[in-house]
Amino acid sequence: MRPLRAAPALTLVLMLGPVLAGLAGTLAPALGVFPALGGHTLSLEPARALAAWPGLWQAVALSVGTGLAATLIALGAVTLFAAGWAGTRAMGLLERLLSPLLAVPHVAAALGLAFLIAPSGWIARALSPWATGWQRPPDLLILQDPMGLAMIAGLAAKEIPFLLLMTLAALPQAAPARRLTIARALGYGRTTGWLKAVFPAVYAQIRLPVYAVLAYSMSAVDVAIVLGPSTPPPLAVQVVRWMSDPDLSLRFRAAAGAILQLGLVLAALALWRLGEVGAARLGRRWAEGGARHMAEPVLRAAGLGLAALAAAAVIFGLAGLALWSVAGFWGFPDALPDGIGLRSWARHGQALIAPARETLLLAGLATALALALTLACLEAEHRFGLAPGSRSLWLLYLPLLVPQVAFLPGLQTLALSLGAGTGRGTVVLAHLVFVLPYVFLALSAPWRAWDPRHATVAAALGAGPGRIFRTVRLPMLLAPVLTAAAVGFAVSVGQYLPTLLPGGGRIRTLTTEAVALAAGGDRRIIGVTVLVQTALVAAPFALALAAPRLIYRHRRGMRGAG
Amino acid sequence: MTGLRLETIVLARGGEPLIAVEAHVAPGEVLSVMGPSGSGKSTLLAAVIGTLPPAFTMTGRVVLNGRDVTALPPEDRRVGILYQDELLFPHLSVGGNLAFALPRALRGRKARRARIEAALDEIGMAGFADRDPATLSGGQKARVALMRMLLAEPQALLLDEPFSRLDATLRDQIRALVFARARDRGLPVLLVTHDRADAEAAGGPVIALSDQMTTTSRGGKPLKPTEE
Repeated sequence: MRPLRAAPALTLVLMLGPVLAGLAGTLAPALGVFPALGGHTLSLEPARALAAWPGLWQAVALSVGTGLAATLIALGAVTLFAAGWAGTRAMGLLERLLSPLLAVPHVAAALGLAFLIAPSGWIARALSPWATGWQRPPDLLILQDPMGLAMIAGLAAKEIPFLLLMTLAALPQAAPARRLTIARALGYGRTTGWLKAVFPAVYAQIRLPVYAVLAYSMSAVDVAIVLGPSTPPPLAVQVVRWMSDPDLSLRFRAAAGAILQLGLVLAALALWRLGEVGAARLGRRWAEGGARHMAEPVLRAAGLGLAALAAAAVIFGLAGLALWSVAGFWGFPDALPDGIGLRSWARHGQALIAPARETLLLAGLATALALALTLACLEAEHRFGLAPGSRSLWLLYLPLLVPQVAFLPGLQTLALSLGAGTGRGTVVLAHLVFVLPYVFLALSAPWRAWDPRHATVAAALGAGPGRIFRTVRLPMLLAPVLTAAAVGFAVSVGQYLPTLLPGGGRIRTLTTEAVALAAGGDRRIIGVTVLVQTALVAAPFALALAAPRLIYRHRRGMRGAG
Repeated sequence: MTGLRLETIVLARGGEPLIAVEAHVAPGEVLSVMGPSGSGKSTLLAAVIGTLPPAFTMTGRVVLNGRDVTALPPEDRRVGILYQDELLFPHLSVGGNLAFALPRALRGRKARRARIEAALDEIGMAGFADRDPATLSGGQKARVALMRMLLAEPQALLLDEPFSRLDATLRDQIRALVFARARDRGLPVLLVTHDRADAEAAGGPVIALSDQMTTTSRGGKPLKPTEE
């Protein structure tokens, strides 16, 4: 019984330990302390070096600007869509379409979007030459534009499914049907009524996910490498460049940059919080003002349009890359390739076996660990009657709020100086930091919703806690357990920075390969890589859906239980 | 001393006493505890079965056939329970549910299977072993739940409003079946209900809990709760 009681503490240590240790390991060199590189005394030299870098202000502006813009767009789109369409069939349809997109790795979605919107991309091809007159790709800077617009689009498209699912999960607790009925009975339009009566309760529930989106969007590295500007890049990308530079003295400047990135994210979160207070005040005045209708059709159309656009961007992007992977000759204005064949697969498939195996291994290990820890925590909660407070939710979100680039460099340095070295073990630990929160969030709700009287009945029949767990609770909750595992697996597969830095650049997964290929621009090999990566993410979800249905095909009471 | 004894049991939440009970249920006898929802009936059952939530504290002893079970975990108390929902395990077949309850001491696939067939026959459901519990009628589910409980060979039976979900005709039938089986096996029964007809059908003594703290004991004087 003792080890189980220790499970929550152990889980916290494994989840937050690397974050805190990594932050310390970043802070020291940022203040000039890095004995291995001759830094023995506190100094402001790294900060000075950072300030002297000519691209700094542009990099900072890009980081803050793209992060805030992507978060605002994603939240706005989700809010408008939910306001105008909650409970309708269109909502059900898009929900089913967007949920699987949540699992698509960021870099895959970004590469797909890049092919759609590039001057030589699918959209340009579909419009050429009949509408545009272009016979060759126009000389336009759409990808990697200096304002970061393409990057904002990519981030928003990927965060809309996430925020939408979070909103839908939060909705029932806001009693939307009753609130909306009352608002409409008072003469409010559907959208206006929802925004005034339902949204405040929903936002209170999705606040942490929104913060996570903001922190992520400000410091994403993989999406920025594919879609963002490069001279200078957003701050996080520049930090990674310095970290990977053979000139080790740049590590000091990298650490200072990482700490600056952390400060930026904290400042942006504080700014967002202030914005919330302001918006709440304005919103109350607006709600009390009594306006019943507010351009309803326009807002509804905008909500639906933005949500559909996000889904279309990811789906068509992946479809385009899938087509490239089997395309024969595909010249510019042609919307479709001349022929279809498996030549690209034959040529590049072999080289992907090793990274695919590494990806599977890392994801398998991280997911198995995360699942075991999560189950142990939830079981300890059940057996010892522990009541998780709202603080535990904050702790779960902490790894998602601290920018990866702020603690992973420190983790790398620490691992090296402790002699643990960089490699698979360190990478698994780094993945665990991100896999754990998602597995826990996915599993805790269905686990806690289980009727504990089943346990009482089983105990009254003579079954001890271990037997109840193995033969009653786990089998009854098979579907959510497998879904949580699939979520964890997808999170691990998509990790870029937690593979690159703790792996010392030597661990090659499909995600690190895909990011590395982005610069080359060979769409055939990108297509093959992204398709394999997406398949690795999709397969566990398919399994999580199919296995319980197959195993319990003769058990009607188990249907729809997950 | 045989039967189920609740010795000066006082249940409290946050130091505030909720209910106090002193009772003895003889083998084959049914003690009915009546009261509106929120009067602490279910908490009393949780205390007897051993699943009292940590927010509650309990003083007193639960003694079953002379064995003090107060400190034992639920699985070692040999106290059976039936709820208003049958709570058949949905992932197991009807036979699987019954097999879950059979003691380990009964060895061998064949012997266990034979015992299950016999048990199903006893409740008029021969040949139902491979059925999905979700496909049974309400009455069939109730009978399987009862038989599952009995197969675990409990020494006492707790009933938590077990008949309230059944329709009128079925209710009489199942109620008669449950009480008959318990009497046959000489089980002391603790019945919690808000339906007076249940208590009357049980024929045994009745404890009435009110919204306030209740201290009535069977055929005896009220027990004073400890004041704060």
